[in-house]
Amino acid sequence: MAPSTETDPDPKLAAYHRPDRLVTTAWLAERLDDPAIVVAESDEDVLLYETGHIPGAVKIDWHADLNDPVARDYVDADGFAALMAAKGVTRDTTLVFYGDNFNWWAAYAMWVCKLFGHEDVRLLDGGRKKWIDEGRPLTTEVPAPAPAEYPRVERDDVAIRAFKEDVLAHIGTAGRLVDVRSLGEYSGELTHMPDYPQEGAIRGGHVPGAVNVPWRRAVNEEDGTFKPADELRAIYLEEQGLRPGDDVIAYCRIGERSSHTWFVLTQLLGLENVRNYDGSWVEWGNAVRVPIERPGHPVRPPIGGGR
Amino acid sequence: MRPELQEIVDDFAASPKAMRLELLLDFANSLPALPAHLADDRSGLEQVVECQTPFFVAAEPGPDGRVALYFDAPPEAPTTRGYAGVLSAGLSGATAEEILTTPSDFYTAMGLSEIISPLRLRGMGAILGRLKRQVHQRVDGDAS
Repeated sequence: MAPSTETDPDPKLAAYHRPDRLVTTAWLAERLDDPAIVVAESDEDVLLYETGHIPGAVKIDWHADLNDPVARDYVDADGFAALMAAKGVTRDTTLVFYGDNFNWWAAYAMWVCKLFGHEDVRLLDGGRKKWIDEGRPLTTEVPAPAPAEYPRVERDDVAIRAFKEDVLAHIGTAGRLVDVRSLGEYSGELTHMPDYPQEGAIRGGHVPGAVNVPWRRAVNEEDGTFKPADELRAIYLEEQGLRPGDDVIAYCRIGERSSHTWFVLTQLLGLENVRNYDGSWVEWGNAVRVPIERPGHPVRPPIGGGR
Repeated sequence: MRPELQEIVDDFAASPKAMRLELLLDFANSLPALPAHLADDRSGLEQVVECQTPFFVAAEPGPDGRVALYFDAPPEAPTTRGYAGVLSAGLSGATAEEILTTPSDFYTAMGLSEIISPLRLRGMGAILGRLKRQVHQRVDGDAS
């Protein structure tokens, strides 16, 4: 077995369930030349990497690299192995993701890597913004890693991924549903503004029974880092009453913000059964005859028979 | 479509996939800064709320019948700046007629959907939509 990369000993990280899933900017800055580590930038803005990135970092784009170009799904075993190999990643590599927008897409990329069971994936606490705000170096030089050997591993869509059918079956059970969108999206107001096509969903509201815990509550606004463990526990465990063994499904609009919350719940707080519904509101808000909850409107049960 | 914009669309379409991002980055980098009168008084700018970053546009018809287009987007949003750069180079100085008759989906022929999510690509259409509405209001006095 390859020697494993040490855990960042930062005391804030030590209080999380998995201290080895986050690294600080200071820790990473000292290890940019470590051949066991591949740093990867995943952004909302597809051009940001090209304007300057952490020296040595490769780019992994959620749309162009992680999604299947035809079906609305992720790449398959061959596609993932080819992507990892091209980025110089082996099965033993420590992958450190960072990105813009509070690490939304970095968390999403990590979650996709977890679908393929890549063991050592970490996030850079504070992401791109913190690295830049601290005046750390950037480069526009794109690395050309030597192709690596990455095995073909089947994707596991059961453990941490939920589909529409899973969410339907989840409604009315003891399982918990967490809607991590903003309050306006949760309450259904946002899709009702005329000429604002960004939502991509026909109907507004939320999955019946879902609680609203916007992803943003998990971060420190000023530097983009995750809140310390005790503050996260206060929100998700005490206030929301989530328990380590709860069957939880998180969703947002297209699955990136809920990847962020998935990371918080599983890696930082130690919940064991959390799935990310990546179809999220773009699927649910367009799906025929699924129940929707909106303030002031009773949830309508399906009528008319059929399957 | 105005020839200047058509030429840009054709350039993108003819470029290999890997080059299209670089081309868009060139447009992002060459987006002109706001002129002094708008930088000092931003009331003439309209925010395009469809974009996730603060992004502002203004369409100003001149006495010669040509419409000047101005854009303001932060450097942290290079893709949005790239969209603005394309519209600036392709349509600034056009007549109101040319802007209003630009197909709302002109950008689909640029071949960007392979590299940018369709959801994000719509930002380009949203920006053009704003510009058209401003041209309507400021040229025709149509307040609808």
